[in-house]
Amino acid sequence: MESIEDLKNYAKRIRKGIIQAVYYANSGHPGGALSVADILTVLYFKEMNINPKDPNMPNRDRLVLSKGHASAALYSTLAYRGYFEDEELTTFRNINSNLQGHPDKNKVPGVDMTTGSLGQGLSAANGMAISAKLHNENYRVYCILGDGEIEEGQVWEAAMAAAHYKLDNLCVIVDNNNLQIDGKISDVMNSYPIDKKFESFGFEVMNIDGNDIEEIIKAFEVARNIKGKPTAIIAKTIKGKGVSFMENKASWHGKAPSLEEFNQAINELQ
Amino acid sequence: MNTELKIATRQSYGEELEKLGKENEKIVVLDADLSSATKTNIFAKSFPERFFDMGIAEQNMMSTAAGMATCGDIPYVSTFAVFAAGRAYDQIRNSICYPNLNVKICATHAGVTVGEDGATHQMIEDISLMRTLPNMKVMCTSDDIQTRWAIREIAKIDGPVYLRLCRLASPVIYNENQKFEIGKAIQIGEGTDATIFATGITVSEALKAKELLKNDGIDVRVVDIHTIKPIDKELIIKCARETRKLFSVEDHNIIGGLGSAIAEVLTEEEPKKLKRIGIPDTFGKSGKAMELMQYFGINAENIAKTIKEG
Repeated sequence: MESIEDLKNYAKRIRKGIIQAVYYANSGHPGGALSVADILTVLYFKEMNINPKDPNMPNRDRLVLSKGHASAALYSTLAYRGYFEDEELTTFRNINSNLQGHPDKNKVPGVDMTTGSLGQGLSAANGMAISAKLHNENYRVYCILGDGEIEEGQVWEAAMAAAHYKLDNLCVIVDNNNLQIDGKISDVMNSYPIDKKFESFGFEVMNIDGNDIEEIIKAFEVARNIKGKPTAIIAKTIKGKGVSFMENKASWHGKAPSLEEFNQAINELQ
Repeated sequence: MNTELKIATRQSYGEELEKLGKENEKIVVLDADLSSATKTNIFAKSFPERFFDMGIAEQNMMSTAAGMATCGDIPYVSTFAVFAAGRAYDQIRNSICYPNLNVKICATHAGVTVGEDGATHQMIEDISLMRTLPNMKVMCTSDDIQTRWAIREIAKIDGPVYLRLCRLASPVIYNENQKFEIGKAIQIGEGTDATIFATGITVSEALKAKELLKNDGIDVRVVDIHTIKPIDKELIIKCARETRKLFSVEDHNIIGGLGSAIAEVLTEEEPKKLKRIGIPDTFGKSGKAMELMQYFGINAENIAKTIKEG
C-alpha cells in the first residue's frame, strides 16, 4: 500500500518525466501537464483498478484524458507505472515514436481513448460508462477535462447525457489551473462558476485542491460511493506546478524549456 | 426493377437493424431525437436497453458511440446526413476514424430528395466529407434488398463505415438472390454507347433512363456504385474501355462526390471524358423530392436528355 509520502515522491518523478519528454521533444505542453500530475499519480497508483501487464483487461477502470495536450503527463505516469520503458519518454513527439503529440490509444499501451480535439473526451467516457452499465460490469470511468476545454459546447452536451443516464460509474475531474493559451480563464472566456454549472447539470460536485494528494484520494473515495448521478471534482491546481518559473504562467502552456531551464527544473524536482 | 414496389432505404435500414439486433447482442443503436424518421425506433421498441436516445446533440452522440466501441459494442448511429457528416464532422474524424473505432454511421435523409425541408436539411457534401477521412468506408445503397444486405455486412467489418440512406421511397431493383460485395460495383446491362455510373437514389433513375434511351436506339449500361470508398476501380476502367461515353449521376454536389471519385480513377488509370450530373455546386431548396430531382436534372428524363445531348 502506497503511503501519502510515496505518492508525493511518485508525483515528483512523474513531473521529471514530463520535463524530460518536453525538453527532448523541444515541443509540447508542460504547464497543463504539470498541473494534472498529482491527479494522475493518485489515479494510476492508488485509485484505479488496472494492470500494466494486461493493459486491455476488460474490467479495468478507464481514464480518458480529454485535455489530450497534457499527454506528457499521461505518458510519464504510464511509463512509471510500468506500461512501457521510461526511456521511451525521450522519443515524445518524434517521427518514429509511439508517443504522439496527443494520446493515441492504438499506439500506447494504457491509453484508453484517443484525444486531442478538445471537448470530445467526456462523451467517449460516457460511452464507456454506458457500456459498463449495459453489460453489468463494475469498472469505473475517469475523465480529466481542462478548465479552458469546458468552453467547448460538446462538454455540456456530454454533461447533460451523463446525468440523464445516471452514470454514477463516471467521475469527471476538471483541472482548474485557471489559465488557457490566451490568458486567464476569466479574461479569455469565463467558464466560472464551474462547480455550479456541473451541479445544475445534475452532478455531485466537490471542490478540492488538485495538487494535494490527500484531498485527491479522499475525493475519489467519496465519488465511489455516490449513487444515481455522476461526480465532478473541481480540482484547483497550479499550472506549471513544481517548477518555480513555470508556475501560473500561461506562456508555459505550449513551449519547451531551454537546456538551462531544463537543468533548473530537474534540480527543483529532486 | 420493380417500379410498383417502392421502399425508402431508411425503412429497409430500420427493419433490418431490428432483425440484426436479435441475432447480434453487440449491436447498440444511438439516435439524436429522430428515431421515428431514421426508423431506428423499430430497434428501440424491441431492444429498449440497447437503444440510446442522445437528444439533439449529435457531436456528443458520435463520441459516445466511439467510447462504446472501445468496450466492444457495435454502435449503429443514426441521424439525418446533414447532422451526422456535417455538424459532427470533427467527432467522426477524431473520435471515430483516427482511432479506427467500430462505429457504423447510418445517415438518412441525404441529398435534395429530402424535399420540402429545404437546403438546411439537404446534405449534398457528405460523400465528399466522409470519403476523405482515412479508415472510413463510404456506402450509398440503391434499394431495399441492397440496403438490407449492407446493414448486415457492415457489422462484419471492424472499423468505421458511413452508410448514406434516403428519405424518398424508391423502386426495388434487385431480387433476393442478388450477390453483393463491399467494394464491388454492379453492372446492369451490356450497352456500349455509354455508361451511367450512379449511386443510391439515382440508380433507379438511371435504369429508367436506360429504358428511355433504348427507344432512341441508344444502348447504355448502368453501374451501381454502392461502395464509394473503396471504389471499384476495375469496373470503372473496364467500362471506360468498353463504352463510348461516361456519365455519373448523384444526388450530391458534383464536387467531391461519386463523379469526383470516378474522375480520380479515370485520370490515373484510363483518361477519358466524364460528364458529372449532380447538384451543380449550389444549395438545394424546398419542393417535392421528384420536383427537385427534375430541377437538378437527376431524374430519368433529364438524365436521358443529358446523355442524348452529350
